[in-house]
Amino acid sequence: MTDAIFFYLFSALVLGGAIFTVTRRNAVHSAISLIVSLIGVAGLYLLQQAEFLFAVQIVLYVGGIMVLFLFVIMLVNLDQAAKERQFNRQRWIALLCVAAVGAEISYFMRKGAGTFEFAKTAAVSAPAVGGNTEQVADVLFKQYLLPFEIASVLLLVAVVGSVVMAKKRI
Amino acid sequence: MGAITTAHYLALSAALLLIGTIGVLTRRNIVIILMSIELILNAVNINLIAFSHYWQHVNGQIFAIFVITDAVAEAAVGLGILIALFRNKETVLADEVDLLKW
Repeated sequence: MTDAIFFYLFSALVLGGAIFTVTRRNAVHSAISLIVSLIGVAGLYLLQQAEFLFAVQIVLYVGGIMVLFLFVIMLVNLDQAAKERQFNRQRWIALLCVAAVGAEISYFMRKGAGTFEFAKTAAVSAPAVGGNTEQVADVLFKQYLLPFEIASVLLLVAVVGSVVMAKKRI
Repeated sequence: MGAITTAHYLALSAALLLIGTIGVLTRRNIVIILMSIELILNAVNINLIAFSHYWQHVNGQIFAIFVITDAVAEAAVGLGILIALFRNKETVLADEVDLLKW
């Protein structure tokens, strides 16, 4: 019961924040709505016992990426853009396509709901050794060590790339 | 209010994906397009965590960590490109950058 209440509360935060993010005229308002939405997603992680990802979501997304976004909004002068037309000319075609995809997804979810095993709440019981962070670290550093290293190389490339892009003269 | 199943999380994730897609396809401001991409990546993460919880298996959470890493890299490079674009063309509107359009 408490689960259901929190699920609907966080879902409302996520979807409401998302809708405000894509409809606001002022980019700062969009960024703040996006923060609300991301905090809702973090709450959903906590509901599903992914405590480590909850912390990562708050620290990295809300503390890192959104601060980056706000800095760029400050650097790039958006006052001019806020006065202009906010949606492009293809918006009706785009909305039509998105509605078609949404209808497709909901059709398949309704049609397949009976056959989905995961439509039931019962979960496979597994031996839980240690806390969530411990399990994540175990799998990440044993099974997924090479992808982990590749991800760190990717981050290095991204750091160098963004500095090269944003620098005036190299 | 019944019990919350994995299908609920899938429906929420699909809705978030669609909202993000609407943002990417209809907005003109590049900053907000990048924010909509973050929404789409979060929809992916909700899916991964829902299945991770369902199977009681942490592999889904590992993939979510990789998705977050990619989102960080994408945001950093995208915003760098945006600053370079603003310096050269004085615009942040996506449909005014049509140099390669015929």
